[in-house]
This record gives sequence, C-alpha cells and structure tokens, in this order.
Amino acid sequence: MVKDNYSIYICGVGGQGIIKTSTIIGEAAMNEGLNVVMSEIHGMSQRGGSVSTEIKIGEYKSSIIEKNTASMILAFEPSEVVRGLSKANKDTYLVFNTHPIVPAQIAGTNSYPSVDSIISSLKENYNNVYPVSGNHYAEESGSILSLNMVLLGSAVAVFNFPLDKENIIKAMKNNLNEKFHKMNLKAFEYGYNAIK
Amino acid sequence: MAYNQLVNGKKGEKHFLLGNEAAVRGAIEAGISVAATYPGTPSSEIGNTLSFIAKDAGVYFEFSTNEKVAMEIAATSAVSGLRSFTFMKHVGLNVASDSFVTTAYSGVKGGMVILVADDPSVFSSQNEQDTRNYARLANMPILEPSNPQEVKDMMVYGFELSEELEIPVIIRTTTRVSHMRGIVEFGDIKSQKGKTVEGKHYNRGYFNKDPKSYIPVPVNVIVMHKILSEKIEKFQNNISSLNINEVVEIKDNAKIGVISSSSAYNYAYDVASLDNLDMKILKLTLSYPTPYDLIYEFIKDLDRVFVIEEVDPICERDVLLTVGMNGLNIPVHGKLDKTFPMVEEFNCDIVREGFIKILNYTDENFSLSHTQSLEKVIGDLPTRAATLCAGCSHRATYYGVKQALKESNISEDEVIFASDIGCYTLGINPPYNAADYLLSMGSSIGDGCGFAVATDQKVISFIGDSTFFHSGISPLINGVHNKQNFIVTILDNRITAMTGGQPNPGMPVDGMGDESPEISIRELALASGASFVRVINPLNLKQTVDTYKKALENEGVSVIIAKSPCTLIKGFNKKPPIKVNYDKCKNCDSCINNLACPAISKIKGKVVVDTSMCNGCSICSQICDYNAFETI
Ligand SMILES: Cc1ncc(C[n+]2csc(CCOP(=O)(O)OP(=O)(O)O)c2C)c(N)n1
Ligand code: SF4
Repeated sequence: MVKDNYSIYICGVGGQGIIKTSTIIGEAAMNEGLNVVMSEIHGMSQRGGSVSTEIKIGEYKSSIIEKNTASMILAFEPSEVVRGLSKANKDTYLVFNTHPIVPAQIAGTNSYPSVDSIISSLKENYNNVYPVSGNHYAEESGSILSLNMVLLGSAVAVFNFPLDKENIIKAMKNNLNEKFHKMNLKAFEYGYNAIK
Repeated sequence: MAYNQLVNGKKGEKHFLLGNEAAVRGAIEAGISVAATYPGTPSSEIGNTLSFIAKDAGVYFEFSTNEKVAMEIAATSAVSGLRSFTFMKHVGLNVASDSFVTTAYSGVKGGMVILVADDPSVFSSQNEQDTRNYARLANMPILEPSNPQEVKDMMVYGFELSEELEIPVIIRTTTRVSHMRGIVEFGDIKSQKGKTVEGKHYNRGYFNKDPKSYIPVPVNVIVMHKILSEKIEKFQNNISSLNINEVVEIKDNAKIGVISSSSAYNYAYDVASLDNLDMKILKLTLSYPTPYDLIYEFIKDLDRVFVIEEVDPICERDVLLTVGMNGLNIPVHGKLDKTFPMVEEFNCDIVREGFIKILNYTDENFSLSHTQSLEKVIGDLPTRAATLCAGCSHRATYYGVKQALKESNISEDEVIFASDIGCYTLGINPPYNAADYLLSMGSSIGDGCGFAVATDQKVISFIGDSTFFHSGISPLINGVHNKQNFIVTILDNRITAMTGGQPNPGMPVDGMGDESPEISIRELALASGASFVRVINPLNLKQTVDTYKKALENEGVSVIIAKSPCTLIKGFNKKPPIKVNYDKCKNCDSCINNLACPAISKIKGKVVVDTSMCNGCSICSQICDYNAFETI
C-alpha cells in the first residue's frame, strides 16, 4: 500500500548542480531506512534549459510527483519555482534562490518578471514561501559552485523536513569532492540559518 | 556513491543507484568480459560509468564508432564463449539493426545482453520508437525492468536466459527507468567465462569454427531461421512455469485487471493503491515471447482489463488476441479505445484520468486558482530552451557562415542547411536558423547529396566530429564519387559533447582512458577526393568568413573542418572574460540579436556580460562595430 509521505520537486537551470543535491537527499533517506525513488533528467536540457528532479520518500514505485502533491519545491532560480507550480498546493513549501538567470533574449522574444513580483505574488497564493539569497551566500562561502549546498541547507531547515541534518551532512561527504568539503559545509550552514 | 563501490561492493550492500549504474553492477555480477557502446541518452551513463571502472572490474570496454560496430563486438565476443554486453539508445538499434537481426539466427555461446533505452516523450531524441517492436522483428526475448533494482536483477537473469536459449536477450528500459535512482541491493559477482591470459586485464574466449551456424547464406539461413523459431516457440510454452512475471493483488478477489510493464507499471501500481481500486495487476517483466497462457489465466474471470504500456499498443494487441482466440467477452481498455494517450510517456495523473473515464470515480485531487498578479507572472515567464554555451565554437561557425553568405550576396533563405545530431542542432534556434532538414545521425551529408541532386539551391551541411565518424564518412565518399556540389562543415570540437563528453576516434584517448591513435578528419576528407578541404579555427571570424566565401565559389564537394574545443572539455583553456566599455557601446543590440550568447544580456537598458559565464571566446568583440567589448 502506498503511504503518503514526503516528495520534493527540485528545479532550476541546466548546470546548477541539481542532480547532486537530489542524490544527497535520496541517499540520506536510504540511510535512515526509508524507501526512496528519484527521477532525473539528463541530456539536451542540461545545456542551459529548464531542468528538474523529483524525489519521493515513502512506499512509492513511481518517481514522478503527481500534480498538486509536492511537499516542497526547491528552486535554484526564481522563475523556475513558478514554472514548477503545477506540482504545488497551498501548503507546499516553496524554497527558492532569488538570483535570476535571464535566458538569452533576442529582439523582444523574451520577457522576465521582476523578482519582487515573483515573491509577492507567491506570498499572496501560498502559505510557505521562502526566498533565499543563494548566490550571495555561495559567494560568501568561497564560490558560486557551492550554491547547491546553500539551497540544500535551506531545504533541510524547513519545518517538518523528514530527514536528519547530520545524515544529510554524511551523504554530502559521500557524494562531493573532499577538497571542497569545508566550503560546502559553510554554504550548507548559511542556507540552513537563512531559514531557521 | 563512488564508482569503485560498483566493483568492490559486497553481496547484501545497499546503494542509491541510477538505473544505468545498476545496469553496470548487474553486468559485473553476471561476469561480463566485454562491453561496447556508442553513447546516446538515456543510456549514456552506462558507458560513462564503465569507462571509469572497466579495468578495475576486469572488463574490456570501448566506445565504438557506432552502434552497429558495438553490436558486432558483442556478438563476436559471445560466439567466442564470453559474456558480452552492448547498450544503446532506441534509435541506436536502427543503426545496429542489420547485424542485430542476424545475431538471433547465428546465436551465442556465452550470454549476450543488448540493453536498449527508449525515450517516451522524447527528452533527447529524434523519434519516439518502441523497442518492443524489434523483439518481435528479430524473434528475441525482451525483459522490461521497472526500477534500478530490477535493472540489476534482469541483467543477471538476462545473461542466464541468453545462455540457456543460446541467443541474445534484449533489456528494454525507458528514460524513467534508466534515469530513475532507487535503492539497489547487491548480489554476488560471478567469475568470467573464458581463460585468464597473462598481462591481459580480461578473460579471452575461443572461437570454434562452424560455418553452417555462422554464415547466413541462403541454404544455412533456412535452417537457422527454423531452429530459432522452434526454440522461441518451445520457450513460449514454458513461460508460465517461470517466476518472472507476477500477479500483484491490490485487493483480494478483484474483478478488474491491469496488465502492465516497465515504468508504466509504477504508475498503474501507485494509482491503484492510492485510489484503493478493486484491482489486481499482471506485471509482465518478460513480455516477449508473449506469455499468452498467463494472460489467459489472468483475464478469464475478470469483468474488464486495462493495458497500461508506454508508446505503442503492443501488449494491448496481444491481450485482444487472447480475448478473441479464446472467445472471451471482456472489454479491453488501452490506447486503441482511447482510454490512454497514444504517444508520450505516462505518469500517475494520466493513468488516473484513464481509470476515471471508465470507472467513473471522483478524483480528490483539485486544481488551484491563482490571484491575478501571479497569473501575470506566469504569463511573463521566459521560455528557457537549451542553448549553446557561452564561448561555444559552434555559435562562431554559424555566425561566420551567415556573414560569408551576406558578403557573397547570397540570401540565407535560398540556402538549405542540412543539419545533424549534436549540440550544434541547437543552431535550429534563432538567430542562427541554421537547420532546415535532419533525419538521423550522419544524415546531413547524405541529405546534402540529395538536395544537390534535387535542387539548384546552395546546400551547406553541418556535422559534428563524433557524428562524422559514426556515419558521415560513406555519404562523403558518395558525394565526391557522384560529382555532387555542396559544402560539408565538420564541427570538430574534439569531443562527443551532447551526450556528456565521451571520446571519439578523432581524439588520442580510448574508452578506458588509454592512449590511442588519433584519426585525422582532414586526411579522411582528402582521401575521399573532395576538391576543397580546409581546416579553420572558427573563433577567428575573418578566417571563417573568407574560407566559406571561397567554398561557395568552388564546384564539387567542399569540406570545411571547424576545429576548436568544446568549453566543457577538462582542461579547456578559458580566456579572460570580456567587459563592455559603456563609453563606446551605442546600444545597437547587434551582439544581443546576432549571437544569443547566454553570457550577454540586456539588463535595465544596458548590455551586460556575466563574467562568471563568459569564456572569453571574443566573438562579440570581433563583431561589434564600435569596439565596445574589451578584455578584462
Ligand atoms: C543513432 C543515434 N545514436 C546516438 C545518438 C545520441 N547522440 C546525440 S548527439 C550525439 C553526438 C554528438 O557528438 P558530435 O557529433 O561530436 O557533436 P557535439 O555534440 O560535440 O557538438 C549522440 C551520440 C543519437 N541521437 N542517435
Ligand atoms: S557543451 Fe560544448 S559543444 Fe555543447 S554547447 Fe556547450 S560548448 Fe558547445
């Protein structure tokens, strides 16, 4: 029987380190003895297109989150959280980086809503909206490459997040280059404290 | 997870693996000696992983020039008594198909598994074909795992089955199985077949001559085909006694049946369970030869049956056949009666919608209404398609070609751009608009030949280095030999970029990381007899434009090799970023509109270069009329 449990939709732009972040969460879930399945997109969209992964913790077989049922959307880019809203309901935690990546625009083909309007309109419609200055914290930690760990920290800090912080940190060690562990940990803590 | 855990992991250990990584572990557990592939999403990570660990695992691994060669490497290893593994994306099997079909006739001694990854919803492919059709075409058994654990287990089982039947076995995955990550429990590692040889890192087999079995001349083929078809028929009659296909009860004594396989099974199971439906599911992991007896036993006392499968209605037809042959009167719901969509991948929402159409229950799921301000934000969302990276030399080549046409007074609209498959296919997008026709890997050159025959329009083909080695050489020879007149551009970025950066024969390294001879594209082009062969650096715009202008005047096949490394290559020589001198910038937007470089955008009315993205390729500074771009 499928027990309703915890599902996370992680989205952003190809190349932002989304798959690594998701794998860390999934591996931590496994280490806590939970069942977990996850869906990744590899291939063409990794060249700067919109990308997403989906994690379902619980007795699921399918790794694709049903519409309106995500427990959390973790977005690495502000317009991408909006693109992911079909997975959300009013109580879904919307945790997202506020730094926009504006797609290459050629003569009048692309608009981009202001980040302020994204945040305020989300707050009008959803109960748990958490913007995070991800790029800022990543740079403070030593490199923009640690952005994914800032956002991982923020995700873990959210109320009712089902996995233990220490287990996440253990999974980080198993999945990331040891050389950058200090930086990544710093970034993770920045993200965590931004929400806690 | 560190890759070496796939080699060193012990029985009982659990790891969180991608379906493709699980396939590698399964191959190692099964004791393979040889593996060969040509990369292709969604199967690419199998090769990427093997290229890291093949030597530690005692396996020979190669990136073959194309899937057909990979198939032949596996087939010959298997008739020499070794266990061999080849894998590819679904369309790769088209390339390999000529040898593939005959391998079922000639059979194997050691086990041979062919993993083929389908791409429902076409995340990264040129079509949405269903590999289960090939199992029927070749009369070869097919296994359809639904998650990473099953991928690993089916690899091990597939090799056993292959040896028992003495023919290769297909494993069909879909994107959602190959790219699903899940918990995988390891099993024991079997030892390899064949003999260890001093100084060799994998076992060697021995080929026993037997032309009657291996040479498909007509007298032999008739016999070989008969043996194959009897073998499959005998096996088919036995399938019920195997444990591989199972019935999963959602409720006791259910009167509604579901027949499903692969990723589609996951959605069927989750929806039936979540919605607490009066159902039982026949999960077909071994789906060809069709287990008609099992299907009959499963459906005979049911009120109705749903068939849930992705892409073609293949199992559905088998179920309808079972209903008809046995004179049953049971409604069958699937794609043919429009309960489920005919194309694209499924998910729980789609499966639920289909169930509701027939069973009329209410869906507790709701849709949300948004405030006007959020609706406005949603309306203003930018499209975010994949784009060429900042500094990608393909962008420079496309710009140079357009410029050469302009300076030669030839309208772009009159030129046919025959494109091919790789990162450079992104040239389809504006402002390049440099892709007009494309069929398959390597087709740009054959299509160039064809357009040169069929029209008087100028034709320019674009093909990547990996794609050229894959299937571009024979059409080039065709073009020269048949005196056709067009320009071939070989975009030599020193890697197979689109699929994640695998080596190709133009590079001095092989699939196991060893040094290997570099094959010269220029010398191949010269050997073909092309009348005009030039190597250019596309990041030198003037050289690019001048070379194309000359080629446009040349009669016959002209080959331009645009050689400049992909920015994602390890050790790529990143140049200092570019910045805008606002005293000089006239806001003409020429760079924005003609390059569409992701590092250059217009923010609050000013041209801005994102220095963290810029690779310093300097094309923007070469095209700016006001010299407004400067190196930092
Ligand atoms: C028959 C077939 N095999 C494999 C693929 C997967 N695939 C897509 S693009 C590509 C290679 C592209 O490499 P290259 O031609 O060097 O171009 P680049 O991406 O480097 O620009 C491959 C292998 C495919 N689409 N079709
Ligand atoms: S990965 Fe390489 S070839 Fe592909 S778009 Fe980027 S720079 Fe160009």
